Amino acid sequence: MAVKVKIPTPLQRLTNGKDEVEGKAGTIIELIADLDQKYPGLMERIVDEGKIRRFVNIYVNEEDIRFLQAENTIVKDGDEVSIVPAIAGGLV
Amino acid sequence: MGFVQGLKCRECGREYPVEPIYVCEFCFGPLEVVYDYKRISKVLNKRKIQQREKNLWRYRELLPVEGEPVAGRNAGFTPLIKAERLAEALGVKNLYIKDDTVAHPTLSFKDRVVSVALTKAREFGFDTVACASTGNLAHSVSAQGAMAGFKRFVFIPASLEPSKIIASLVYEPNVVAVDGNYDDVNRLCSEIANKYRWAFVNINIRPFYAEGSKTHGFEIVEQLGWKTPDNVVVPCASGSLLTKIWKSFKEFKEIGIIKEVRAKVFGAQATGCSPIITALKQGVDVIRPVKPNTIAKSLAIGNPADGYYALQAIRESGGYGADVSDEEIIEGMRLLARTEGIFAETAGGVTVAATKKLIMEGYIKPDETTVICVTGNGLKTQEALNGKVPSPYYIKPSLASFEEVLKEKGLL
Repeated sequence: MAVKVKIPTPLQRLTNGKDEVEGKAGTIIELIADLDQKYPGLMERIVDEGKIRRFVNIYVNEEDIRFLQAENTIVKDGDEVSIVPAIAGGLV
Repeated sequence: MGFVQGLKCRECGREYPVEPIYVCEFCFGPLEVVYDYKRISKVLNKRKIQQREKNLWRYRELLPVEGEPVAGRNAGFTPLIKAERLAEALGVKNLYIKDDTVAHPTLSFKDRVVSVALTKAREFGFDTVACASTGNLAHSVSAQGAMAGFKRFVFIPASLEPSKIIASLVYEPNVVAVDGNYDDVNRLCSEIANKYRWAFVNINIRPFYAEGSKTHGFEIVEQLGWKTPDNVVVPCASGSLLTKIWKSFKEFKEIGIIKEVRAKVFGAQATGCSPIITALKQGVDVIRPVKPNTIAKSLAIGNPADGYYALQAIRESGGYGADVSDEEIIEGMRLLARTEGIFAETAGGVTVAATKKLIMEGYIKPDETTVICVTGNGLKTQEALNGKVPSPYYIKPSLASFEEVLKEKGLL
């Protein structure tokens, strides 16, 4: 078993069109670095200077990692990770 | 004749041409309009502005349009009122209300942003304008879209109060009532915006639309005699208005209209939806989304798109913020009405109550010049005051009955 990672449409060009890929357990940043080996370019779209970009949301089992341990949040085999661009919304 | 150089990602700085786009393809950050300030400073000055008509287009070089406006020819330039009786009630000396309750044509500051958005939509060649909204934005898109001759689609949550739906329907746009909450409506609209070539003012036209908010700030500076106030208190939902008011002050300095920006910017939110003020008070950059629970529905955005930038602006200016309860909001609305004769929507109650708190806590000093931004009209949200205002005196149609009340209630 591995970690399931959901890929948003704008990044699927890097994953050969796949909307879900598998990655290695570890911290979020390690998981992304591992995926970057298989799908080069993914890392720089999501991470800047070791931090998740401000307008990229990452959820582990539907909880925003900013409210867990951010980049150092540990993901285990069987966990589900979603990468979701924050869409500019809101009014005032 | 425009002065826009292009769009730029606020996060990674990548540049884009002027198109109906709003998100950086690379890092997903929001796009911002870039102007040629050097050229603007050569053609725009105080005298030139003062010679123009009293509407928001008097600052047109600092707005992202190329040609003639197609909407908002009477929008903007709302009164800046010296609020002496409210000042006395709050124990300060120099208090002003920037009064967008009388914005033309739909009585909220959304008339500013929609004026710019529709003008830009026409320049891009769109024939249909659209928005996701629960109130003020829907009214302005419906009304101004009618005047400018656009096809209009307005998406609302189906559970919206009938009075708010009627205030859009009267202009005969296509009103689409979605079985879901505001977040569901917004998400659906993003999908629709991807598929149909329509100008969604707060989605694919957002970088241009949001610039319209700067005119609220430009006017404050002009109406104060070409200087920034010491303090400006701004209601926050997405945080965009606050961010743009701060930007407006800095732009006036950039092009030499004012010499310095001394203003502190203060944010105001309802306690039942205060993600920005919470992060501000905790001293963190990350905004934790909340589920809104407040009578201030026009400010009820739990996941504020510009929250981070609003925090930055508040901190950079040396300002602060306050959140206020529903009871304080009602009292704020009533206080503003009975001292200044201004009936603001709930968001205005938030701003007045937050100002009161900031004065009591010492963040705003009695001698300083303070402007309170009041952004919408209370006639639109009267249900918020049901049972919260005094009752009429019921009498028989006779002088005796009237005088009985006078005596009984001690009204003489």
